[in-house]
Amino acid sequence: MAPLEHYLIVSALLFTIGVMGVIVRRNVIVVVMSIEIMLNAANLAFISFGRFLDSMDGQLIVFFVMAVAAAEAAVGLAIVILIYRNRESTDVDEMNLLKL
Amino acid sequence: MALTDYPLITWMVFLPLLGGFALMLIQDSDEAGGQRVRAAALIFSLITFLISAAIYYGFQADFAGMQFVERGQWIPRFGISYHVGLDGISLPLILLTTFLTPLTILFSWRDIKSRVRFYHMALLFLETGMLGVFVSLDFFLFYVFWEGMLIPMYLIIGVWGGTRRIYAAVKFFLYTMAGSVLMLVAILWLHFEAGTGTFDILVHLSRPIDPALQGWLFAAFALSFAIKVPLFPFHTWLPDAHVEAPTAGSVILAGVLLKMGTYGLMRLAMPLFPTAAREFATIIMVLAVIGIIYGALVAMVQQDIKKLVAYSSVSHLGFVVLGLFSFTLLGATGGVLQMVNHGISTGALFLIVGMIYSRRHTRQIEDFGGIARAMPVFSIFFVITALGSIGLPGLNGFVGEFTILAGTFSRSIPFGVAATSGVVLAAIYMLWMLQRVLFNGEPSRVNSRLPDLNFREWVVLVPLVVLMFWLGLYPKPILGKIEPSAQAWLRQVNRRVLRVESPRKAPLPQAVLSSSLKGLRP
Amino acid sequence: MMNLIALILFLPLAGLFVNLLFGWKLGEKFAGWVASAAISGAFLAAMGGFVRLIGLPPEARLLRLVLFEWIPIGGFQVNAGFMLDPLSSVMTLVITGVGALIHFYSMGYMHGDRGVVRYFIYLNLFVFFMLTLVLGDNFLVLFVGWEGVGLCSYLLIGFWFGRESACEAGKKAFVFNRVGDFCFLIGLFLIIGVFGTLDFAEVLGRAPTTLVAGSGIATAICLLLFAGATGKSAQIPLYVWLPDAMEGPTPVSALIHAATMVTAGVYMVARAYVLFELSPVAMNVVAIVGAVTLLVAASIALVQTDIKRVLAYSTVSQLGYMVLALGVGAYSAAIFHLMTHAFFKALLFMGAGSVIHSLDGEQEMNKMGGLNAALPVTSMTCTIAALAIAGVFPLAGFFSKDAILYSAMTSEHGGVLFWLAGAAGALMTAIYIFRLIFKTFHGKCNLTMETQARLHESPRVMTLPLQALAGLSIAGGWVGIPLIPGADIFGGFLAPSLGGLAEGHHEALFEVIMMAISLAIALLGIYIAYKLFVRNVGGGAAYAERWPRLYRLVLNKYYVDEAYDYMIIQPVKRISTRLWKDFDDGFVDSSVGGVGGFVRLIGAAARQLQTGYVKSYAITMLVGALAVILYLTSGMK
Repeated sequence: MAPLEHYLIVSALLFTIGVMGVIVRRNVIVVVMSIEIMLNAANLAFISFGRFLDSMDGQLIVFFVMAVAAAEAAVGLAIVILIYRNRESTDVDEMNLLKL
Repeated sequence: MALTDYPLITWMVFLPLLGGFALMLIQDSDEAGGQRVRAAALIFSLITFLISAAIYYGFQADFAGMQFVERGQWIPRFGISYHVGLDGISLPLILLTTFLTPLTILFSWRDIKSRVRFYHMALLFLETGMLGVFVSLDFFLFYVFWEGMLIPMYLIIGVWGGTRRIYAAVKFFLYTMAGSVLMLVAILWLHFEAGTGTFDILVHLSRPIDPALQGWLFAAFALSFAIKVPLFPFHTWLPDAHVEAPTAGSVILAGVLLKMGTYGLMRLAMPLFPTAAREFATIIMVLAVIGIIYGALVAMVQQDIKKLVAYSSVSHLGFVVLGLFSFTLLGATGGVLQMVNHGISTGALFLIVGMIYSRRHTRQIEDFGGIARAMPVFSIFFVITALGSIGLPGLNGFVGEFTILAGTFSRSIPFGVAATSGVVLAAIYMLWMLQRVLFNGEPSRVNSRLPDLNFREWVVLVPLVVLMFWLGLYPKPILGKIEPSAQAWLRQVNRRVLRVESPRKAPLPQAVLSSSLKGLRP
Repeated sequence: MMNLIALILFLPLAGLFVNLLFGWKLGEKFAGWVASAAISGAFLAAMGGFVRLIGLPPEARLLRLVLFEWIPIGGFQVNAGFMLDPLSSVMTLVITGVGALIHFYSMGYMHGDRGVVRYFIYLNLFVFFMLTLVLGDNFLVLFVGWEGVGLCSYLLIGFWFGRESACEAGKKAFVFNRVGDFCFLIGLFLIIGVFGTLDFAEVLGRAPTTLVAGSGIATAICLLLFAGATGKSAQIPLYVWLPDAMEGPTPVSALIHAATMVTAGVYMVARAYVLFELSPVAMNVVAIVGAVTLLVAASIALVQTDIKRVLAYSTVSQLGYMVLALGVGAYSAAIFHLMTHAFFKALLFMGAGSVIHSLDGEQEMNKMGGLNAALPVTSMTCTIAALAIAGVFPLAGFFSKDAILYSAMTSEHGGVLFWLAGAAGALMTAIYIFRLIFKTFHGKCNLTMETQARLHESPRVMTLPLQALAGLSIAGGWVGIPLIPGADIFGGFLAPSLGGLAEGHHEALFEVIMMAISLAIALLGIYIAYKLFVRNVGGGAAYAERWPRLYRLVLNKYYVDEAYDYMIIQPVKRISTRLWKDFDDGFVDSSVGGVGGFVRLIGAAARQLQTGYVKSYAITMLVGALAVILYLTSGMK
């Protein structure tokens, strides 16, 4: 069986890809997808720890995360659609509504 | 089953909240929907009033302690409980709250045309917040209601207010927040440092606190309440908030919200830290007397009727504070009674000002004159209310003022004399205003066509005027309910604490948190 | 059996409520009759009460009625309690008797006014409060009536609020009264402090043992109570509101500002005489204030030309007599003069009202004259009243004024100076009142022909009360005849309330001389008036030209109003405005605003960090997360 480190490295790589995606990409949909990648990276880490520590906790958490991720994706995409309808664009750099 | 066995307080406090949420189910997009919203809100507030009436009926006048007590665990880990109850000090204020709320809803029937549902939700939430403050016997609960109440009030001023509403709302919010934060620090200190590990107010009241520590704790509490009262010189938010708030907001603000300050002083600041309260008494009495005279003087030269009434509140509330800090039975009982009286008279004054404002769309005194010719009935109500407010014997204001002054005199004659001069000044500013608004020549063309009171306005004003006479002529029932509690309160604030051995410390939150964080560390 | 006190009190209130409910619809006639009937009923009840008192032995002449506990807090208790003793009985008879006549008179005088229903409601309310004042069995119920009559006076002075001056006068009256009340209240609080109660029976009963005679606290209490009386009874320094109060309808001036309300202060001091006896200083102050007031007001009355203002200053002056009587310890003389004054002064005012009524509102005496022919009844009755006030034997004023002058000379608190003041006042009284009579009813008529043609005597509903009061002005004094043993029925009746009569040391010869002197003074005054205003018209003006500055000083009422305005009212207004603009909006708000500005400055700097772009927030979060991880792992080594 491959050692724990291998799994963790894959997980870290995936997470980094997600982070970079959020920071670099301009399309909102890609940003949302990147967030999903980050979540799945975390899932991978949880599963691996669970397996190697012989505990069910990791898998339990992953189910939670998956449920949350599904909800988050739904809400996120709904927001994206609304933004697109209002602004005719999905470019994050054009959105600064957080600033009053 | 006796009346006291029902959880009446919980019902009373949370029914408006429930009602507020129920309003969400009603569409208010058209006029008929708006009517339904108003009717529903009115019904909820009336039922709340009926519950409070039942509480009044079941209240044991000869028992000084807390009644209708309900108690349950809430967050046991931090010693937070759901603990409510009332005594003769909170009972009159509760009745005042449940009494004024339906009247304000009835008053705004035609005044509020935009976002009707949202408005009534805010009013009902506000009622829950106010009632909660008056019944809470747990610091945490108290603080939740105390702060929660700010939000609907902020919205009422900020959304339905006048032209400078945002400025006024923010000013109102910031002033009150600034005070509350200090109180929060003091509450947390009590919880963690006083060695009880509980937020229960009654437990804290029964435990003496080292006099050496009382000073700053009292200051923190008192400052928070003084801003709310408002005690001179923390009063400048009040005129702005009143002038900009819609009528219903002003009524609630003056009628109930200001009483939270005096109630807080009476329920928490003074009995928790009696030694400090006695030490600070002279300073606070000086401020109260300055407030009485200052408020009256400034009210005299106002050109806006609403602002005049607002400044008169500064003066009247000064009387209440003076009564409390006289540390006498007369002063304390009179103080509680005066809180109610001020709520009724000033509430009625704001309603009356609102009535001419909605007809004439101005509140400048110089725009009026001779109104009595056009609106005789309105004028009668206005005169009676104004006279009640300036303490004409036979009407409500007098009994409170008289007993407060009698109490003050028995403690200090100079303070008494200075405060009594407020009586003369009150007559001047109120009558001068009445004269310029109602009388002084024939009405101008616009003013001579103003319609007199309609049926709805009658319904709003008559109960208030009846109460003014009742409290002025036969205050015995209500005094009888206040007195035992006031006596118990007096014993509490007069008790002397010499020294308390240093308290055992309870675990601090950082400790709790870091212990749980430890598990994370590999 | 019906409780008489309740009947006296609540009949006016009942009249008020009937009018409040039905008067607006059923009109002026109905309202007038209801109001008058209510007061007449109260008068009958007051008579009943009087008869009941007479039937009791002198020491037991006291009826009580406690309606309910008003303010019970701990050991302190005030009842809504009332009592009828000889003093209250006299007052109720005067109030309801004169009051009923004035109500009837008002039906004629106010005929056709659009606010007549409101007028009768106010009037009934006033009588109710006035009765509360005199019937209350403790200081606080007295104070209820005290404030209540002040309120009614405010409303009735400003009754014709179409005139701005009327509103101004009403407010002035109320505010000056409130200044007096301020002192009165402080006096009450001191009484509470000393006695722990406000009940007359207890306070007055315990006063001689509780308070040390001549002590500072006794003096303070008395002076404060008296200060309250100077407000209500228009004495120096608070008298200036009364002349302005003439803006009200004339029957109101007759009822409130001559016969009843303004005497409340006198009543109160008489009621609390036990306290005053304990403080010689206070007694002296009372006497001096009374003497000075009677002189100052009488001198002003000499030169006024508005018929009602002359009467107003005359009232102030006559009240000065009563206060002087109180100050020299002649309480029953004060109440005696209060009663006779109520008769003749109400009559004078109603006569003046009758004149004004027939001249369509003209009040300027210089424009009148020769009205004797057109208004025979008014002229006749007014002349009787004038003789009475001047103190001509055997009219009512003679006996009461003589009683005061005699006491001023002989009482242990009195002195020659007080007597001189009273005598000088009496001379001026005779002059100014006959100046009024001569200028109004005699001599050349200065009216326009048009007005002259329309002159008419007032209707019977107005002249009948005049005649009734004229009868009382003649005979009212006969209940208090001195010298003859047992003829001073009045003093004897009041004795249980006001302490025993100083019987015995009336020296007959001395008293007769005194009476002769005061009669001579009155006749001299009338003669001077006759000389100056009838035989030699313009004789008064000649004196005015000889001392123009003195004349202007008196004509302008010694500039007291202006002084008040300059020294008190304007500065207070200025200070208040300064406080508001500079302190509230300036200092407090700008210091709070300064704190806000500082926070805002920091906020502006921090704001630069908030770009609003999701990306920059994401980077910040990343950096933050890395920092936390580094921190947590740093201890792992």
